[in-house]
Amino acid sequence: MLQCIIVFWLDLKRDKGQKRIGISTFTNFMAKHDRTGFLMKLIAENLSADRGEVRIFEKVSFELSAGEGMVVTGPNGAGKSTLLRVLAGFLRSSQGRVQLDGGELAPQSHFLGPNNGMKPNLSVAENLDFWRRYYVGTSNIYDALEKVQLAHVRDMPFNDLSTGQKRRVAIARVFVAHRPVWLMDEPTSGLDSDAEAMFAALVADHMNGGGIVIAATHLPIVVKGMKRLRFEGGAS
Amino acid sequence: MMALILRDIKLGLRAGGGALVGILFYLAIVAVTPFAMGPDLNLLARIGPAILWTGALLASLLGLERLFQIDREDGSLDLMVLNNNEVPLGLAVFSKCVAHWITTGLPLVIVTPLLGLLLNMDGLAIGATMLTLLIGTPAITFIGAVGAAVAVTLPRGGLLVSVVILPFAIPVLIFGVMATFGATVSGAPFQAPLLLLTALMLFFAVLGPLAAGYALKSAND
Repeated sequence: MLQCIIVFWLDLKRDKGQKRIGISTFTNFMAKHDRTGFLMKLIAENLSADRGEVRIFEKVSFELSAGEGMVVTGPNGAGKSTLLRVLAGFLRSSQGRVQLDGGELAPQSHFLGPNNGMKPNLSVAENLDFWRRYYVGTSNIYDALEKVQLAHVRDMPFNDLSTGQKRRVAIARVFVAHRPVWLMDEPTSGLDSDAEAMFAALVADHMNGGGIVIAATHLPIVVKGMKRLRFEGGAS
Repeated sequence: MMALILRDIKLGLRAGGGALVGILFYLAIVAVTPFAMGPDLNLLARIGPAILWTGALLASLLGLERLFQIDREDGSLDLMVLNNNEVPLGLAVFSKCVAHWITTGLPLVIVTPLLGLLLNMDGLAIGATMLTLLIGTPAITFIGAVGAAVAVTLPRGGLLVSVVILPFAIPVLIFGVMATFGATVSGAPFQAPLLLLTALMLFFAVLGPLAAGYALKSAND
């Protein structure tokens, strides 16, 4: 039987020092609020999930507003990935619910799973262009590649990239179409420390622009002002 | 939707696509049968359409298990499920079926005249077989999508997919061969079985992707 003790606390030390009053304060405010003026809000209430007969976690609740992020930490097998799969709607939660502004979360989110979702035989540009068209996105794929500093590999077959580069291309995928919520499962696996810092900056950017980021990881992602959800204890 | 069709065609035609395997299998079945039958040319010509149809049916079953499995392995399938609002999953399955048929089913139809010559068939019989295969092979792909979706979580679901969908593919085979005989043998009906074959194809073109989409969505549970 699996016993999970879930401790959830808010990291209230939001990094206020970085914010400057100026035009960006205004645009950030606008981005965080939709046209009707409400602050976008992601609410998870009392989530529990089972896999087969085994209860993976129970009674997880949290609330995130636009511009907030959350890191889900915990040992292997504690239920981090399961939580993300429940949030994305791949698994049904056995109890509780997730809502984004009272609606569904899935259509508004990007999911970055353990696999990259790219075809090895196609070039990087072909892969990203496919996802842009499939997501009905409007962004330029080269701008997206620029963000992960991989503009120079755009015509290489995806298969010829290194593990870390593949991961960065997968990260670039979330930029080809705007979705306010990012659900990320071990986003930095395979990345070197420079790329991790780059990724942290991208996450911070997204949050500053009014997005919500939920990342499951066993490594500390250094983004100031992210909340923490810690799963304690794995299979026991 | 077009993006998905184009990408899958591109993948199917590049190295590692299964198009050639299907054709070779089709060729093997059709080339071997005359040896088993013996040198009776009239008999060969008479049962030629049936041999071609059986070969095409088995060759179409060959690559079906890979229809969704590759997407599942590299994580694309999850992303497609997540993108259900932009592109409904049923439509995505339909697109994948169209691309799969263009890369594996259509080549079978195209090589049919060549194989028909091996079986001593005349021009009319070859033409009729091509026409019925052109209508019938998409139906097999659409039926196969359901089997492929149900078996997507199984590591070696290949044979299972074939066994599961074969009963549903048999009506297609029956009406396909019946229409071909109708075209060549005087007195046998041609139009009725051809229309029934077309109806089956259209029916499965709607039902198959919807059912497969639903199966894929619940595959994770």
